[in-house]
Amino acid sequence: MAETDEPLRIAGRELGSRLLLGTSRYPSPAALAACIEQAQPGFLTVSVRRAGTGGNGFYELLQETGLPLVPNTAGCRTAKEACVTASMARELLDTNWVKLELIGDDETQAPDPFALVEAAAQLLREDYVVLAYCTEDLALCMRLAELGCHAIMPWAAPIGSGQGLTQPERLALLRQRLPGEVLVVDAGLGRPSDAAAAMELGYDAVLLNTAVAQAREPAPMAAAFRAATDAGRRAWRAGIMPRHSMAQPSTLAPDIPVDQYASSSSSSS
Amino acid sequence: MMDATAAITVKLNGEERSVAADSTAAAAVDAWRQDAAAPYVVSVNGAHIPRERLAATALRAGDEVEILTLRQGG
Repeated sequence: MAETDEPLRIAGRELGSRLLLGTSRYPSPAALAACIEQAQPGFLTVSVRRAGTGGNGFYELLQETGLPLVPNTAGCRTAKEACVTASMARELLDTNWVKLELIGDDETQAPDPFALVEAAAQLLREDYVVLAYCTEDLALCMRLAELGCHAIMPWAAPIGSGQGLTQPERLALLRQRLPGEVLVVDAGLGRPSDAAAAMELGYDAVLLNTAVAQAREPAPMAAAFRAATDAGRRAWRAGIMPRHSMAQPSTLAPDIPVDQYASSSSSSS
Repeated sequence: MMDATAAITVKLNGEERSVAADSTAAAAVDAWRQDAAAPYVVSVNGAHIPRERLAATALRAGDEVEILTLRQGG
């Protein structure tokens, strides 16, 4: 079937996939590598933290994938900390991309919208490509879009919770109100069907980590998320039928004469 | 006159270390690093010090030096 989709583009850069993957909490480096192979992510997220006594294996593993690496600002609580972290990541990875995370609450890892806006404004002035991890608040996301953030990434649920889309109507509203922005559901996905649901809402991509890394068998789960992300995307592009409150009998509908199928706009299922 | 053999205490990734009083950030970081191939970046007292400025950054007693690298992240 001839079905051509546009690639995901962020800040003019074409990414190879609409599934984006974190690199944390895998049972082993081999498991991470296997998941990357199965998920075929558009980029990988990494963090910039204290150097330990371990070797260079992680960096080499990531380099071998050939995928873009996007540093996050995990653990930062103030705009100043996040900007310093972004600057250090820029030197370390030779990239001006940053997944901007500012945490406002330790228990839920809820994004801090106030520090986020402050940090985003600063980093955008300094020519960063800012992917903003945020809550699903409409006014916040509109503000991030006005500032010029290159992707707006509302959570589905708290990081690592696996709760799925807890606020689907609010996520749908964001898509409706910000039709031209790159919207990514980031954090809280648990099942492949959650990824499909996000894509069915018209989101441009999903970013996940724990749902794959902490599955009993991570690599098959990565493949399942790959398929679900693609399925949701195809469904969105195909145009999902509207919901009806009452039955719409299919079998009892009048037959459409075969020679009229091509010109008929309605169809029986 | 500063005694070049005198030592000062600084923090490297949270650990107290005694370094020569005339140490630069570059010297302290090189002495601390174990894997020469691993990429790293440095901050002193919460400010990013770009690689090219490390050799010109003198350390003072109590300075907090952070040596960061690429790690797993979501």
